Amino acid sequence: MSRPFLSVEQLTQQFPDGQGGIQTVFENASFGIEQGEFVVILGHSGCGKSTIMNILAGLAEPTSGVVKMDGYAVSGPSLDRGVVFQNYSLLPWLSALSNVTFGVGARHRDWPKSRVTEEAKRFLSMVGLEGDVIHRKPSQLSGGMRQRVSIARAFANQPKLLLLDEPFGALDALTRGTIQDELLKIWGGTEQTVFMITHDIDEAILLADRILLMTNGPFARVAESVEITIPRPRTRTGIVEHPNYYAIRNHLVHFLGERSKALSGQVPGDAMQRPETVRIDHTAREPAPDAEDAPAPLRAVNS
Amino acid sequence: MFANLSLNQRAAILSLVLLAVGLLIWEAAIPAQKAVGELTEYERLTGGGAPKAGIPPPSEVLGKAWDELSNPFYDAGPNDKGIGIQIGYSLYRVLSGYFLAALVAIPLGFLIGMSPVAYRALNPFIQVLRPISPLAWMPLALFVIQDSQLSAIFVIFICSIWPMLLNTAFGVAGVRDDWVNVARTHELGHLRTAFTVILPAAAPTIVTGMRISIGIAWLVIVAAEMLVGGTGIGYYVWNEWNNLDLTSVIFSILMIGIVGMALDAAFAALQRSVAYAE
Ligand SMILES: Nc1ncnc2c1ncn2[C@@H]1O[C@H](COP(=O)(O)OP(=O)(O)O)[C@@H](O)[C@H]1O
Ligand SMILES: [Mg+2]
Repeated sequence: MSRPFLSVEQLTQQFPDGQGGIQTVFENASFGIEQGEFVVILGHSGCGKSTIMNILAGLAEPTSGVVKMDGYAVSGPSLDRGVVFQNYSLLPWLSALSNVTFGVGARHRDWPKSRVTEEAKRFLSMVGLEGDVIHRKPSQLSGGMRQRVSIARAFANQPKLLLLDEPFGALDALTRGTIQDELLKIWGGTEQTVFMITHDIDEAILLADRILLMTNGPFARVAESVEITIPRPRTRTGIVEHPNYYAIRNHLVHFLGERSKALSGQVPGDAMQRPETVRIDHTAREPAPDAEDAPAPLRAVNS
Repeated sequence: MFANLSLNQRAAILSLVLLAVGLLIWEAAIPAQKAVGELTEYERLTGGGAPKAGIPPPSEVLGKAWDELSNPFYDAGPNDKGIGIQIGYSLYRVLSGYFLAALVAIPLGFLIGMSPVAYRALNPFIQVLRPISPLAWMPLALFVIQDSQLSAIFVIFICSIWPMLLNTAFGVAGVRDDWVNVARTHELGHLRTAFTVILPAAAPTIVTGMRISIGIAWLVIVAAEMLVGGTGIGYYVWNEWNNLDLTSVIFSILMIGIVGMALDAAFAALQRSVAYAE
């Protein structure tokens, strides 16, 4: 197997548990992400998703293990890894436009101001923000608009890897749907590599090329890597029609509902913890003899 | 009709009514006091009974104000300068001491706010120095600096520094990690982070400290000038008291209030300009 664009190798994170002891959030977690891939990580809250993301972003140091991007170990934050935080993290004293020019200006320090502004406006319009609204302060924008600005800021930087931590967690379902579509559109046009955290199964299926499933903590593991065998472009209503949709969805629901708990706490020693690859594809399964009486997903393991 | 007016209009009318009533009562009370001929101990001790020593009615104070304000910058020797010149001296001392204090307090506050070690190291000194009345420094300042003008500026410096220092440190320490992380993921250097993220984020708290400081500085300058003498609004009040010119004393008290209000309003405007809603 060739070395992936981003490789996470034997990542371990421990925190003091507050009672003098040590809490191991995850141990020896290892996985890779290919260039241009949209990877979503799913898991119950508290299992360590944000911790992994902060390490990928370079905002936090793991207890042990390395993250390599393009073959180089990640140390400290960088413009090459853009982050969209759950709470938007817009600078409240700047207008929506200035928040994006802040990012563009940081990336292209040699650009004249007019070009920076133009680029910022281009990305804002990609997420549907145009006209007077872009001159408003974040406090004068709705939650959905704020998250759009935050997404525009991250994409405008054209990072090699874009990290999103539950970006739609605080939004109502309707707004979430619209922004998911916008995210897909903007991602489709940029071939950006994306790593996103969510705990919404439908959101994960709609957006991801691959879903990483995490067991519950402590000693959480990235247990499976589920390929989303539904062709793009996808739409919310279209994917439901696809023969693989319910099989994948059931697999994910089953994992989050039962197996994430059952698999947790199984301390695996110091082996490399690579996720098992799961490929569910009913479209390429014509000659399968035991298909009908096997509701359990077809599983293939490779490494 | 009154009910149709806006809240502000109603408040303004009420203010004017209160002012008029207050002035009328004051005006009416003065002749009565004179007629009774009762003198306070102070008045007796200071040669009371002389017509000038009484509390003047507001009409007299207004007349005085008209005279003084129509020619505020005359200069007829060391003991007779226009009110504008006296206030000018006081403002000059307050602003020089104040800006020197800001120059020290804001960078130092940044350092303390960003570094827990610096905070802990400097905290004992701050805690001991802060409660000292600024005027207590005056003898030491006069001895070391050997210049009354500079000593007054030093006293302003020392009294303005604490609110600015503590508020800057507090504001900087309280900047949300998220915003600092935004700076970090955009690879901003320390200086750029300080100026483009931490300073605007902490600005409302810092400016609040600056506003408190300017208020204290204006309170202290009057007392300081009473001590060092020579020029300034504080000296003017004391000088007019020695002249038993109570009309001038009351007029200058009013001027102290008005200038203090103007200084505060300027910082309130600055505060509004750096405020942001989250
Ligand atoms: N700085 C920290 N200090 C101590 N414990 C932490 C810290 N950050 C996270 N944790 C713990 O690590 C675990 C995983 O947290 P997190 O990564 O935020 O979970 P998730 O994002 O999956 O909900 C939690 O049990 C949390 O309490
Ligand atoms: Mg989280």
